[in-house]
Amino acid sequence: MALTIASRELDGVTVLDLSGRITLGEGSVQLREAIRDLISKGSKSILLNLGDVNYIDSSGLGELVGAYTTAKNQGANLKLLNLTKKVKDVLQLTKLYTVFDVYDDEASAIASFK
Amino acid sequence: MTNPNPGKRSFSLPSTMESVSEIEAAAEKLAAEAGIDEDERFRITMAVREAAVNAVLHGNDYDPAKQVTANFENNGKSLIFAIADQGKGVDWEKLPDPLAPENLLRGTGRGIFLIRSFMDEVHFRQLEPGTELTLIKHLTPAAEQT
Repeated sequence: MALTIASRELDGVTVLDLSGRITLGEGSVQLREAIRDLISKGSKSILLNLGDVNYIDSSGLGELVGAYTTAKNQGANLKLLNLTKKVKDVLQLTKLYTVFDVYDDEASAIASFK
Repeated sequence: MTNPNPGKRSFSLPSTMESVSEIEAAAEKLAAEAGIDEDERFRITMAVREAAVNAVLHGNDYDPAKQVTANFENNGKSLIFAIADQGKGVDWEKLPDPLAPENLLRGTGRGIFLIRSFMDEVHFRQLEPGTELTLIKHLTPAAEQT
């Protein structure tokens, strides 16, 4: 299943609800473009909801890292919400879990940006 | 031990992302037929996908004149996935460690690490031209019985 991305605003935070796979050719480009679009429009607080992302490959991991560094370089914050077990396992294995701020519930994640 | 239902499949595919999906699906099927549980199947399929992406993208550079070949086998003791490209080849021993602090924020370089993490054995062989990766997952006794 290809990646779908829906955007919503909550207390000044842009939440991207991602669904599907973040892989080379299936979701990496959409994610990159969505983040660049948000940054160019001045978003400073971005929350990626990965609750419906059941697969991520090395390219997808690279895109998450790219999104994180792009946001940071532009003075924005990017955090992760609702990791599925498979995505969490891969992030832990690659030590990227230590790079991102990760939350299990949306209210706490939103509050963390203040 | 009962008949392990040995299965072999060989195919040669163009250097496209569709081929990666085809190889991934074939690996998933072979692992499922071997009775491997969903979590382990996920890891095997991901490793094979990473190897296929390496072959199509880094090996053959999407060159339509170059093929990716795959030979999959269940020999009753192990699942064996051999994937070869026709590219220039890479020195696999010199790949940077993606877990090193200075590499943690790199956008690339995690594919081979994931393959090695998820499989029991990984072998590299230089071809003329190209590279062959052989990924091996040993079957547990429970899976061998299916």
